[in-house]
Amino acid sequence: MYDMKALYEAESVEHAIALRLEHPTAQIIAGGSDVLVQMREGKRAGAELISIYGIDALRGVTLDEEENLRIGSLTSFSHITRDALIQERCNVLGEAVDQVGSPQIRNIGTIGGNTCNGVTSADSASTLHAWEAIVELTGKNGVRRLPIHDFYLRAGKVDLRVEEGEIQTAILIPKASYERTFGHYIKYGMRNAMEIATLGCSVNVRLSPDKTIIERCRIAYGVAGPVPMRCPSAEAAANGHRPTEELAETFSRAVLEDINPRDSWRASKAFRQHIAVEMARRCLIKSIRKAGGALQ
Amino acid sequence: MSNQYKLVRCNINGKDVEKVVDVRASLTDMLRNDYRLTSVKKGCEVGECGACNVLIDGEAFNSCIYLAVWAEGKHIRTLEGLLGPNGELSDIQQAFIDETAIQCGFCTPGFIMSAVEILESGKEYTDDELRKLLSGHLCRCTGYENILRAVKKTMYKRLGKPIPQ
Repeated sequence: MYDMKALYEAESVEHAIALRLEHPTAQIIAGGSDVLVQMREGKRAGAELISIYGIDALRGVTLDEEENLRIGSLTSFSHITRDALIQERCNVLGEAVDQVGSPQIRNIGTIGGNTCNGVTSADSASTLHAWEAIVELTGKNGVRRLPIHDFYLRAGKVDLRVEEGEIQTAILIPKASYERTFGHYIKYGMRNAMEIATLGCSVNVRLSPDKTIIERCRIAYGVAGPVPMRCPSAEAAANGHRPTEELAETFSRAVLEDINPRDSWRASKAFRQHIAVEMARRCLIKSIRKAGGALQ
Repeated sequence: MSNQYKLVRCNINGKDVEKVVDVRASLTDMLRNDYRLTSVKKGCEVGECGACNVLIDGEAFNSCIYLAVWAEGKHIRTLEGLLGPNGELSDIQQAFIDETAIQCGFCTPGFIMSAVEILESGKEYTDDELRKLLSGHLCRCTGYENILRAVKKTMYKRLGKPIPQ
């Protein structure tokens, strides 16, 4: 038995919004692999819950009329990994969420829950930042869309407005973001399964048609700061340059100007900085290869 | 304190069933207490150990972090559902015995239900892939190699292929 005060089950998005407005202090639960564990630990004991898990309309990956990838917020990690549209257009997202927890956790965990937690270590978060994902929120006044960077306010806090009755309904990857773009994600952890990232790094590149120039490079980290973050200095160092060994070196050193990891019981700041450079280098080289290029 | 109850209708091991359950119950609570399916073990109860693993609509879930009310309309399978009409063991259960993949037995039902999902996919997996697919289970007797062997042996048997040397 869970120590909860009440459970309200939303049957539709509209119903969820109404429940949010009616019970403003209630906690939303999607798959529950964080919320229920926290309840068991006593952190959220006695809370009221609004379960949105039953809203099947929020599941699945589609292309909208502008060919943006639209991922319903309740789509589980395992379904994202197996999805043909994701494999074709943003394979790295499927690979990143395939490193969350264990097979059972990937069946229950949702991308919406992973982002709404606002934690920096979420395996989906760095890739969603690196691909400039758009978060879709639905409330009493309709739909609000904002860049994922702006969705994260601070550690553990996202821009989800209870007074609007908002819930997250989708995550979009714009066509301009995924077109001709290939990426790679590395999770550094002490073990392979049931592990929270010590550091996560996601890089993607778009090469010129003749594969000799990096037209656009984007990189983001999880656990390199209180919220997932992009690295503008490193990106500037790579954009418009030829993919060479020296470039990979310059690019990966430049991340140190952008990231701000901390000392924690999982790893020291110095260690995180050290592996951040190496992960950036490996991710860049792998991304270039996936894009059909090679180091010159 | 909550005083909420809800009728939950679902299909468990091939049988349509319904029970009024407390909304605070986990699926583990419901399967063990209301249906006496005690192969579903209470281990860590925070989704780490996999002892409570069951199949819901064909996918493996830790029933300890799954609310009982979410089972509405779902098809649930537990280890008890693998037995034949006269209590015969299924091939994967027999393989666990033959390979000594059981010591204390507490993790076994969870492992076997993950193995059922793996086997029913009809795919051939490498050892590394099998290890990853089984990684949501802890065996504190640490009999992992024997468990891997039991699953692998049954996989090749069902595929009708010899085990590669």
